[in-house]
Formats: sequence, C-alpha cells, structure tokens
Amino acid sequence: MNFKIPFVPEQASTMARDVDQLTFFLVGMAVFFTVLIAVMVLYFALRYRRRAADQVGSSFDHSTLLEVTWTVIPLLIVLFTFGWGAKVYFRLYRPPADAVQYYVTGKQWMWKAQHPTGQREINELHVPVGQPTRLLMTSEDVIHSFFVPAFRTKADVVPGRYTSLWFTPTKPGRYHLFCTEYCGAEHSRMIGWVTVQEPEEHQRWLASVPVQTAPAVAGGELYARLACGNCHREEPGLAGPPLHGLFGREVELADGRTVRADEQYLRESILRPGAKVVAGYQPVMPSYQSQVTEENVLALIDYIKSLEGVAR
Amino acid sequence: MSSEAMAAERPNYLNATTGLKSWLLTLDHKRIGILYLLGVSAFFVLGGIFAMLIRLELVTPAGDLVQPDAYNRLFTSHGVLMVFFFLIPAIPGVLGNFLIPIMIGTKDLAFPRLNLLSWYLFMAGGTMALGGIIAGGVDTGWTFYTPYSSTYTMTAVIPVGLGVFVNGFSGILTGLNFMVTIHRMRAPGMTWFRLPLFVWSHYATSLIQVLGTPVLAITLVLLVFERAFHIGVFDPTRGGDPVFFQHLFWFYSHPAVYIMILPSMAVISELIAAFARKRIFGYHAVAFASIGIAVLGFLVWGHHMFVSGQSVYAGTAFSLLTMLVAIPSAIKVFNWSFTLYQGSVSFQTPMLYALGFIGLFMIGGLTGVFLGTLGFDVHVHDTYFVVAHFHYVMVGGTIMGYLGGLHYWWPKITGKLYPEFWGKISALLVFVGFNLTFFPQFLLGYMGMPRRYHAYPEEWQVLNVLSSAGASILGLGFVLPVLYFAWSLKKGPLAGRNPWGARGLEWETDSPPPTLNFDEPPVMNHEVYPYADGEPGSTSGMKPASAH
Amino acid sequence: MSTAHPAVLHHQFDTLEQQKESATLGMWLFLVQEILFFGGLFMAYMLYRWRDPQAFAAGSHELDITLGLVNTVILIASSLTMAMAVHSAQTDKNKALVRYLVATGILGLAFLVIKYFEYSAKWEHHLVPGPNFHFPELAIDGRAEIFFSLYFAMTGMHALHMVVGLVLLGWLLVPAARGRFNSQYHNPIECFGLYWHFVDIVWIFLFPLLYLIGRHYHGAV
Repeated sequence: MNFKIPFVPEQASTMARDVDQLTFFLVGMAVFFTVLIAVMVLYFALRYRRRAADQVGSSFDHSTLLEVTWTVIPLLIVLFTFGWGAKVYFRLYRPPADAVQYYVTGKQWMWKAQHPTGQREINELHVPVGQPTRLLMTSEDVIHSFFVPAFRTKADVVPGRYTSLWFTPTKPGRYHLFCTEYCGAEHSRMIGWVTVQEPEEHQRWLASVPVQTAPAVAGGELYARLACGNCHREEPGLAGPPLHGLFGREVELADGRTVRADEQYLRESILRPGAKVVAGYQPVMPSYQSQVTEENVLALIDYIKSLEGVAR
Repeated sequence: MSSEAMAAERPNYLNATTGLKSWLLTLDHKRIGILYLLGVSAFFVLGGIFAMLIRLELVTPAGDLVQPDAYNRLFTSHGVLMVFFFLIPAIPGVLGNFLIPIMIGTKDLAFPRLNLLSWYLFMAGGTMALGGIIAGGVDTGWTFYTPYSSTYTMTAVIPVGLGVFVNGFSGILTGLNFMVTIHRMRAPGMTWFRLPLFVWSHYATSLIQVLGTPVLAITLVLLVFERAFHIGVFDPTRGGDPVFFQHLFWFYSHPAVYIMILPSMAVISELIAAFARKRIFGYHAVAFASIGIAVLGFLVWGHHMFVSGQSVYAGTAFSLLTMLVAIPSAIKVFNWSFTLYQGSVSFQTPMLYALGFIGLFMIGGLTGVFLGTLGFDVHVHDTYFVVAHFHYVMVGGTIMGYLGGLHYWWPKITGKLYPEFWGKISALLVFVGFNLTFFPQFLLGYMGMPRRYHAYPEEWQVLNVLSSAGASILGLGFVLPVLYFAWSLKKGPLAGRNPWGARGLEWETDSPPPTLNFDEPPVMNHEVYPYADGEPGSTSGMKPASAH
Repeated sequence: MSTAHPAVLHHQFDTLEQQKESATLGMWLFLVQEILFFGGLFMAYMLYRWRDPQAFAAGSHELDITLGLVNTVILIASSLTMAMAVHSAQTDKNKALVRYLVATGILGLAFLVIKYFEYSAKWEHHLVPGPNFHFPELAIDGRAEIFFSLYFAMTGMHALHMVVGLVLLGWLLVPAARGRFNSQYHNPIECFGLYWHFVDIVWIFLFPLLYLIGRHYHGAV
C-alpha cells in the first residue's frame, strides 16, 4: 500500500490502517444507501410524474413486509457497524502492556512533553519508530485535546484528571499535532509536530538534548523536600500508609470500597487526600493542591511507581 | 377568478384589525406565527452574516482577515444565534404556530396568551444574547464548555447564557402549548391516526422541548453561578468536574438536534404527500418513528464524549444506542421514497426542496452513523467532519424543510402566489451551493482539520476555497426567496383556497384564513391524505393515476 | 356551541370542560419540566456526593436540623391548607377559600422567614461559598464548598419557587375575594394547588438529602 489515497492522511501508526478500513466500509455503506435512495426517488418521481392536472396517486399506502424489511436490514447493518467500531475503539484506548510512558501537559496555548528519560519538549514530541508509546496527559487550565491525524487517535486533555492515549508509529516522518478542543484565543496556534525517528537517529537526538532530571528522580527529590516520607514509610504506626509496591495494587478504603492504585488515584490522594482514605488510617493528610504543579504531581507519581514493593 | 378575488376581500386574520398594537398584543396563533417569521428571519440574517465572515477568513490559510479573538467571537455568535434563535424556533414558531390549530380543526392554540408570551420570551432572550454579542461578544463556542466558559474567558458569557436561558422558556411554553392543543382541541372525528404527520412530528418535538429544555436551563444557571460566584461545581481546582457540564449540556443539546430536525421532517411528510398526491406510505410507521426519535434521542448524549476520557464501556453503550436512532430515521426516508411509487408527482418548488431534503438528510444521517461508530469517531471528533455532518442535518435538513414549507404554505399564509420560476432557481442554488460548501468539509475533517481553527496548514487551502465559494452561492440562494416573497406580497396573483390541489383542513379554508380559522367548525369524517379514496374532502374531480 | 358562551370560557374553547382539562394538562406538563429542571441539580448532588461522601456528611452536619424540621412541618401544613382551599372552591365555600388561601400564604411566608435566618447563620459561620468560605474542620476545608454550593443552589431554587408561588397566591386572592371562583369554575385555584404541592414535594426530597443523610457522622474521626 504505497500509493496515496486522496483525502486520506498519512498512515503512520499501527492503528491507522484499522481505522481507514473501517472508514472504507462506512463510506461503502453510505454510498450504497445514498445511491439506492437516489435511484429509487428519481425513478419513481419520473416514472410516476404527473401527466394531467387532476391526476392523483394510487391507494397503495402500506406494506408490513416492506416496513419490516427496511427496519431489520438497516438494524443489522448498524449493529455490525457498531461492533466493528467498538472493536477498533477498544484497541485505540487500551495500550499494550509494554508501552513506554511519556507525560504531556496542555496549557493555554502550548503542549509540554516529558520523556521517561527526562528530556523536555514544547510543541514537539520525538519518538522512535516501532515503539509502543503511551501518553499520560493532563491540563493546567482548560480542556484541550491531543490529536495526531496520521496516527488516527486523539484524547481530550482534562484539568483535574488524567487521560491517556497510545500509538505505535510505523513510519519515520514529521506529523501534525493539533489541539482539537476549543481552548481560547490561540486555539488554532496550539499546534506542533510529532517526529518519528529511526531508533538510532532517536538515540542520537536524545543524546543531543540537554538532559534534565528524569521525572522519577525529580519526584524523589520533591518527595524528600515535602517530607512525604515522614508519614509514608515502611514502618508500622505511622500516620500514612506505606507507598512501596503500591502502584497497580487494589487498596481497601476506610468506607469499605476498594480502588486500584492507578495514576488517577495517586493524583487525587496528593491533591484531595480525604476523598479516599485507606482502611485503618485517619484523614489527617493536608492537601498539597497549592504546593505542587501538575508536573510535580506527575513526577511524584513516577517516583511512587518506582518504589519497589514488599510483596503482600 | 372573480369568486377568489372576492374571497380575498373577506375578513381574514390579516385585515381583521389594524395597527401596530393589534399585532404586538395579538392572541391569534397565525399572527404570532408571522411575528416569529420576522424574529427568526432577523436572527438568520445575522447568523448568516457571521457565517459569511467565517468563510471569508478561511479562504486563506493564515489568520489574516480578523484577529483570533474576533474569529472566536464570530463562530460563537454564528452558532448561538443559528442554533438557539433560528433552528430551534423557526419551524415550530412560524409554521407550527400557524398550522397546528388549523390542521386539527380548531380556533387557536389552547393557551393564546402563553403563546404570545413565548414570542416575547424568544425576542427578549434573543435581544439579551445579541446585547452580549455586541457589548464585548462571547468566545466560548455555542457549547459553552467549562472550565473555559466558567473561569478562563473574559467575554460576556453571562448575558448570552441568560439570553439562551430565557429563550429556553419560550421553547418549553411553545411545546407545552402544542401538546395540550393536540391532546384536547382536536375537531370532532380528528382521531390520533387521522392527524397529519406534521402534527405527529410536532408532538414529538414538543415532548423534547418540555423534557429537555429545563435541563439546559439548570445547566446555564449553574454555569452563571459558577462564573459569578465561583461555586465550584465545574471547577476542577475546587473539586468540581468540568466534564459533568458536558453531560448536562448534551443531555439537552443532543435531543435539541431532534428539536431542529423533527419539525423539518414534519414539513417534508406534508410536501411529499401533496406533490405525489398520495397518502404517505406507512403512515403509522412514520408517525411512530417521530416518537421513537424523540425518546431514543434522550439516551445518546454520551456520543459527544467518546474522546473526553469517559470509560470505554460508557462509550460503547452510547454508541449502541446511537445506532438505534438511525433506524426510525431510515424508516422515514424509505417511506417517503416509497410514497412516490404510483404517485402523481409534480416538481414545483416545495417538492424540489423536499427531494433535496431527502438527499441531504441521507448524507447527514449516514455520516451520523459514521460518528456514532466509536473507532471512526476518535479520529474525526472535533474536526470539520463533524462540522460538515451537522450542517448536512441542520442546513440540508432543517433549512431545506423550512424553506420548502414556507413556499408550500406561503399562499395560505399570505393569500398570494410566489413566482414559481424563481422559486425553482432558488431551490437549485441552495442545493448546489450547500453541497459545494459542506461536502469539502467532510474531506477536510478526515484529513484532520480541527474545527474552530482560525488558521490552518496550507495543504488544505483548495478545499477551503471551494467551501467558501459554495457559501456565496448558498447565500444567494437564501437571498432570492426574500426578494420574491416580498414581491409576491404586493404583486403576487391571488392563491385561492387550494392552489396545489392538496388535502388537509388548512386547504379547506380561505387563503388567508379568517381569524377563527374556519367559517364552520370542521368535522373530520374521512381518513388523512384522502387522495385516492374518493372520500369527502376532495373538492375537485381528481382521478387516480391508473385512469391514464 | 348551541348554548351561550359563559363569560369565563375563553374564545378558543368550546366547553368549560375542555378548558378545564386543557388547563390541568398544561399544568401537569409544566410540573414535568420543573422536575427535569430540579433533576439537573439532583444529578449534581448525586455525582458530587458519590465523589466525596465524607465532605457531604461533614457539610450536612453543619445544617440546622431543627429549623429544617420546623420548615418541613410548615410546608406540609401549607399543603393541607392549600388542599382545603381547592376543596372550598369546588364546594362553593368562598369565605373558606379566602381564609385557606391566606393561611397558605402565611405559612409560605413563615417558611421563607425561617430560611432567611438559616441563610444568614450560614453567612456568619463562613459557610457561603466564595472567598469567605471557611469550614471548621481542617481536613474537610476546600472540599465542603461544593456541598454548600449545592445546598444554596437547591434550596435557593426552591425558595425562588416559593416566592413565585406567593406572588401568584396574592394575584389569585383578588378574584377569590370577589367571589369569582365556584364549583363551575375554579381552574386557577386547582392549577395553583398543583404547583404549590409540587414545590412542597421538592422540599420533601431536599430535606433528607441535605439535612438528614450523614447525621451519624461525628467529626473527621
């Protein structure tokens, strides 16, 4: 498939072809029905055109068989369409387990990205070809949306929570990055590029960028500065639960619920600690809302993730 | 012709009383319909001017005609005025008001004072919104998404939001009025299944107005509170959830799409029956499809949030329900098409609009299925594909129906005929201009052009220029009817009671009708659309097609 | 149509019965839209309560249950007097109609006066959302604001409906005092009664949701 299909953007991710195939099916279906109706309408209209001023139509005005036909057949078609669409959707929003995680923060009007190895970029993202890539995203102000047409994927970037998307680039090149959720005056300038590189080239690029601290390391420094460890340590009797090996585990809460300790939960526990209190602890932790930025929170989460756990 | 000339001089709703006060304080549903015609036309012109400026800006890739701030105000004003002050009130306000009491054979709506109040609320809401637009403008998009609208924008969200809020009550009261009228005021013999499909579809519309609009009202109240008093419900820094706003907003605003399209479908059913001179095929199916659309319409709002971070399972459920809405729409299209079979089809202007409607609504509806398909929506969400889709439904659907209906009932409303030749020209211009404007936007959307963009990459210029060129043809197509309708008021030939040879109670009274609609209270003693039945109600000796 | 048009029959109707049925159906439809209007607020309450039950329990604890209870009793009593007013109109007891309407009005006013004292107490305790908001319990501060936002939005919208009700009541008292309502014609009284009962029922939902649920909560322990 090297020829260029008109009006179809570059296929540069593993999902692009799946989405395009779905599109071709949809277009085929639409063309079929539109032509069917157009031919029917034009044929009937001309064949039964009025030939005398006082002429009226026949009394043939209902048919249960026809009604059932044009209820059931479209129903089957849309159910099939639904199933296909849902299959693609689940793949689009379910990252593979080995995906490498990058952090993206949207703010009026720029995209800030941070590599797992610490490099930071603005309105640019460099990734190696063939690497399953997951973006964990949040916004510092209003809702934005991260859209790369060549990858056929997009997700809103919402303040106050994390959203994510993933892709595996298949073709080196530079691809448009757009903000697709209206975000204010410079919305149409909140754009950038995703650059897909061959792995060696990507390594060279990584080396050429001045490395700042990797998020997990920065998180560790922040963790020490905020003295989180005073309460969260692997010791009994402290005010806070230990965080080692916490990430990904099921946590039992004081009110009897259980939640999975994912990024969303860690974020909420830093900013609104009382909302989900771990069973056996008191809601004594103050909110860190005013002391940390979204990027700080991401770094803290990365650090907590890196804490090797005591198996329980 | 002399008897018709005399008929025109008989007392009718237009000449019964005179003076500005007799119009501004009128309780006559027909006059209130005319007041709506003036109101919605004014908002349509303003919204259209904004649209033209948007298309003009997008002729070149760079944002060079207006500043980004101004551009954002343009598309917001265009959306707010067109959606809330034209598309929603147009057909119910003008044609529904005028025709529902006549079609069911009664003297007026159940609550004439409430009806007048609806118009004043509509005008008051429109004036407030317009005031906000003039005094600073609003730049949130017609969707008012939080937290941009509640915390970040510096523009006039509160007056515009309150304008939409006040206008909402106009819609609620109109819907309530229609429902009570249809339930309680039908003429003797006018059973539910003898109601013209126009009435059925308006009943479905009213159902959504009454059930959906209050949710928009409370949403706007919360938005205004959030903005004015920082109550925090949509503000993530205070523990609120901005996406909650989207749920509340679309709980109304998706059904609102059906508020806009169902009245148009109402018109199309009447046009097809009249110009095929045949009862609408599958009358019961079409009637229940309207109700089905209204009910299912309340269960699909989440399809506006497939990429908002809602759970994939919620997305799946909403997608499935969205697919189901396609079915009643398909039933309608198939039944309309099949009505032409063995009909007596003529191609006067209203019928051209009706046939154009079927084509454009097909594309609008099918691309709706595209967007309801999860895997496809992710790519085109918030791109020009969506813009093209809803313009096919809103302009290709609603406005085609509105214009078709306006032509069809113009002789009834004014007693005058419009020039048929120019009517056909305008229908053609609208159809061609519309497709040229909006079809390229499907392609732009799939290529990735986001909506609400003031500037765009150069590779998309050709399609954007095509779209802007189409818009100017479309604009011309909209200007023409204004001119010849105005001409027909002065110089149009007298229409007579039934210029189309159509069936329905509205064609059995004078054009224009007397103030109380009928000289004698009508009795419905035959089925609806009795073209082939040879039943009472046929005023001229028409013959079935088979006789030829 | 053969009989003369009674003066109270509007021109668009054929019979008084049709007029009455239309008015009643219209009123019910109006109440349906009212339910959806409040429905948005109840959805907000459910969502935020589910997200932070602790803050809601703590917020609920700050409300004055005694005043809430007194107001509940007052409103239920006003519904009784309103029902008696409708009954009086239906049975041609004009004096009783006026008496019951006045009693309903007084009870409604009493509700609003008590509500005013509740609101002003919240203001003094810095429990009105905004820059002055300050919740006594430190662990909850910053989270309880939404509870009070919803408290004021919900009870405020309810109080607004009470005010509208009282205005309508005053407007109905004039024709009632002139004896315009009787067993033949009493639509306005009946429709107003439906409205008054509806506003009452909304409070019956608000009171437990805002005041009662979470009473077992005693501080952030």
